[in-house]
Amino acid sequence: MLLIPCPFCGARTESEFAFGGPVKPDRPDPNAVSDEAWVEYVTVVPNPYGPVQERWWHVRGCGTWLTIWRDTRTHEIVEAPDDAG
Amino acid sequence: MQRYSILSLAKNALSGHRGWQPAWRSHPLKDRYEVIVIGAGGHGLATAYYLAREFGITDVAVLERGWLGGGNIARNTVTIRSNYLRDESIPFYVKSVALYEGLTRELNFNMMHSKRTMIDVVQTWPKLRDLRRRQLGMDIYGSTYERITTEEVRRRIPALTGGGPDARLPIICGMVHTDAGVNRHDAVAWGYARAADARGVEIHQQTPVTALIRGANGRIAGVETSRGTVKAGKVVVAVSGHTTTLTETVGLKLPLRTMNLTAFVSEPVKPLVDVIVNCPDSGFYFSQSDKGEMVIGGAPDQGQSFRRDIKQHVFEDTVTAMLSLFPSFKKLKLMRQWGGHLDIAHDASPIMDETDVPGLFVTAGWWGGYKAIPAGGLTLAHLVAKGVPHPLMAPFTIKRFRHLDFVMETGTTTAR
Repeated sequence: MLLIPCPFCGARTESEFAFGGPVKPDRPDPNAVSDEAWVEYVTVVPNPYGPVQERWWHVRGCGTWLTIWRDTRTHEIVEAPDDAG
Repeated sequence: MQRYSILSLAKNALSGHRGWQPAWRSHPLKDRYEVIVIGAGGHGLATAYYLAREFGITDVAVLERGWLGGGNIARNTVTIRSNYLRDESIPFYVKSVALYEGLTRELNFNMMHSKRTMIDVVQTWPKLRDLRRRQLGMDIYGSTYERITTEEVRRRIPALTGGGPDARLPIICGMVHTDAGVNRHDAVAWGYARAADARGVEIHQQTPVTALIRGANGRIAGVETSRGTVKAGKVVVAVSGHTTTLTETVGLKLPLRTMNLTAFVSEPVKPLVDVIVNCPDSGFYFSQSDKGEMVIGGAPDQGQSFRRDIKQHVFEDTVTAMLSLFPSFKKLKLMRQWGGHLDIAHDASPIMDETDVPGLFVTAGWWGGYKAIPAGGLTLAHLVAKGVPHPLMAPFTIKRFRHLDFVMETGTTTAR
């Protein structure tokens, strides 16, 4: 179980959170990019063997969204949100 | 290949069991093969076997990082079934179940196949609607699904004492899938390995592939391993959760996420449940192994993971759900737990295709790929040998993503 550092509540257990997915690049303008680039944006997510940046929602807590870097090999949270206390 | 039979058993028993040959040989690693298969798991070994048997391609090396059959083929819950939703999926899994049923004879290796049926315990009306819809599709393709009453569910699964009228989720009915069964996962790996070896395929264990190599013409040229460079005109990636890790070494991005799915087993007890029990609304499933252990599976972890372990709260949630329907299981002691990391595609259906790197093939996105091993190996071997997809796997190419032509599949057991 992860202990996720919430900027408001401190370290809380993972079961209070809902997973929001890995952070994807900014949404491109569909009319400005090629079909291949658009399909890649829609379907491909970062899947690193190592640290991944991801979003979590403290849905059973204060309700905030936060972003962490977590190592997919060890579950170690290598970077907490900037304002986590 | 030394054939196994009652006669060979008797003969070797009389000679003190000194006459048995190894089931597969250890060859020196050559520097060039016609086809390299990365991963000696179910799909890798099956692909190598069907390449040799169906298409006569025997200059094949299967490279395995650890030991043969030690990856996800040893980390699943051995459920074989074909109750899928989509027109694309059902025929594929019907074929796979049929191949599994003939596998003992085909490979001359006892798969300990037990066609014991699966019963879905339905606790919500939306789930019933979903399963009834699946039933109509499955009827077309010769798979079986049939609704039974709650009384019949309880008669067939006497240990199911929870889920009464006062429960939060009372049992509504059951759905019976008589094609479902279980078998022995080691036998599948060993049987395919032995039969492939007998046809000239080389299996190299303790040979991790660290990178793929692309030639100057853009085609795949071979692989980099801990034992040196091995060249091949065709390379098959059958490495489950590590697919993207390998394909990124040639700059190829695939729509896959690596997830951890957990399972655990209880101590062995006397025969109690003779079917596979699936409780999709509660979020767990189990069957009783021949040894008597309850083999229990639950939901996947949140977030991507390459760790093959179990998270405490996933474990607790699964056990809580199980005890709500099977309160007597509170006395069971749990013996072992494990996770398997597998990759899931954007639409939860598998990907079997030649990639944008010519000569590089992937079989990935197997979310519950154990049941798909024979058909997956057969159809991928067809593609590798002939260059065109087998009709059964044609819907599962990477090209489908180009047109956002997804095969949205909900047949996966607990992917909610």
